Amino acid sequence: MNQIMSDKRVIALYTLPALLLILVLIYVPIVLTGYYGLMDWDGIGAMTFVGLENYAALITDGMFWSSAYHSLLLALFSVGSLVLYLAVSLVLSSNMKGADLFRKIYLIPMLLSSVAIAQLWMRIYHPTNGVMNRFLTTIGIENPPLWLSDTSIVLFAIFIPIIWQYAGFYIIIYYAALKNVPKELEEAAKIDGATPVQIAYKIKLPLIAGVIKVTIVLAVIGSLKYFDLIYVMTDGGPNGASEVMASYMYKLAFRTNDFGYGSAVGFFLLVLILIVTYLIRKATTSKEDEVQY
Amino acid sequence: MSSNTAAARTEEGVKIGSFRLRISRLILYIILGVVAVAQILPLIWLLLFSLKDNQEVFNLPPLALPSDPQWGNYARVWVDGNIGLYFFNSVVVTGVSVILTVLLASLVTFAITRMNWKLNKVVLGLFMVGLMIPVHSTLIPLFSFFTTIGLMDNHLSIILTYTAFNLPLTMMILLGFYYTIPRELEEAAIVDGCSIHRMFFRIILPITAPVVATTAIINMIYNWNEFVFVNTFISSDNLKTLTVGIQNFIGQYATDWGAIGATLVISMLPILIAFFILSNRIVEGMTSGSVKG
Repeated sequence: MNQIMSDKRVIALYTLPALLLILVLIYVPIVLTGYYGLMDWDGIGAMTFVGLENYAALITDGMFWSSAYHSLLLALFSVGSLVLYLAVSLVLSSNMKGADLFRKIYLIPMLLSSVAIAQLWMRIYHPTNGVMNRFLTTIGIENPPLWLSDTSIVLFAIFIPIIWQYAGFYIIIYYAALKNVPKELEEAAKIDGATPVQIAYKIKLPLIAGVIKVTIVLAVIGSLKYFDLIYVMTDGGPNGASEVMASYMYKLAFRTNDFGYGSAVGFFLLVLILIVTYLIRKATTSKEDEVQY
Repeated sequence: MSSNTAAARTEEGVKIGSFRLRISRLILYIILGVVAVAQILPLIWLLLFSLKDNQEVFNLPPLALPSDPQWGNYARVWVDGNIGLYFFNSVVVTGVSVILTVLLASLVTFAITRMNWKLNKVVLGLFMVGLMIPVHSTLIPLFSFFTTIGLMDNHLSIILTYTAFNLPLTMMILLGFYYTIPRELEEAAIVDGCSIHRMFFRIILPITAPVVATTAIINMIYNWNEFVFVNTFISSDNLKTLTVGIQNFIGQYATDWGAIGATLVISMLPILIAFFILSNRIVEGMTSGSVKG
């Protein structure tokens, strides 16, 4: 038995194909990204070693910092919206009839491709024919905003569909966690005269703290590398007002063929995400809750 | 007499209590309902304008039913838009990567959780760290790698990247299930003279079928909607998947709202149909990834 279950050839046969794939397509590329960041390279011709020049250039690149700032804003906005999702999940998990149907409806946007969602929301935001401004003019607002072409609100206008898209995902995660909270605790608290708000705040939330932590990490990482809707809806515009780190990197590499500098941005993004993940986990891990993910 | 009034008072109290309960239930349902409407209203509007001509889109109220449903919009974009071809490409790319991912992930997970070797935790760690790597940080090296080995503009490049990037999540969902398989099952099989390969394919794989199905569906949704890799690695129109194909197609129809609506609806339908048939599995898969303990 033991001999068969520790057969090295079988282990290699089962492990190596997958391992090879992630090594060649994930790990080698992230090392190369850091390496290309040291180069002046247009993606086709010869590479010239320039040392830390690209990374130094990042420090004084206003466009880079504004894109990093936008990514950070999205992260804050996403984490803030978790409170809303949590509230909805608390309602949903309180023995409501039809809870199943509701959470299925909430999940629908998450299943659709970001291109389709982006194209749909571009029409929702259309200045004259979009459903948003037609509604606003109907209720008497005469000069509704131009949404995607107004530099002061474009970022906010893009955050809304992103929140819309992911709402159902976080709601079902919280819902599933809340459903695992033992009923007896709630009953006992009720007998002691606790109000539903007290039960939520003092019993349910502490018990799902681990899951909340996971969702914070997911929301922050997801926001820092966010790309799809922004690329399709505004392409970072107008005037860079909605540029984020990933879209800036993409443009540098695949529009201006500045592969070296683009790689430096990509590597920065990777390091930032690893650091942020580490910090959040460290800040929120207590000894008693060991949550795997 | 006094006991009578007491009884009456209690009854009164119960009535007020149940009235309050009913009001608070109603408020909770209103909250859930508002969120549900917010989640599907944009899609209903999309469905409505996909059946209108521009005249009606611009002049009727946004949520008015089309007076004469333009089913022709659907026929037109299906014939003119290469949509059938994009659809076929999406099916091929999604199908092959899902099978590859699920098979490789099952093999590795089996080797890591059931077989005895020293480095299994390290290998598992490598896969799990992969969950945090942003795809954008690997894009430039992957682009030059596929260009060098001649896989650019080839379905194989996206199939392999999808597989590599989906392996970690798929394994994470499989892990919990594999840990619960009783050792006796394997022992019995080996005592009966079963080879390890036969045991994996005839016993382990079939009993993990439910969780394998869940991971397959999650993979299907991700791959079907994937945008960045296809957009970067595929340039020939006849190799594009639905997500990127419709993006280009809509560009040509920028002002024909009915055609755009029909295109978007067609691209969303397969996922929505799959969701209505398999929604429990999808919800389960999305939660099992992040909810543990």
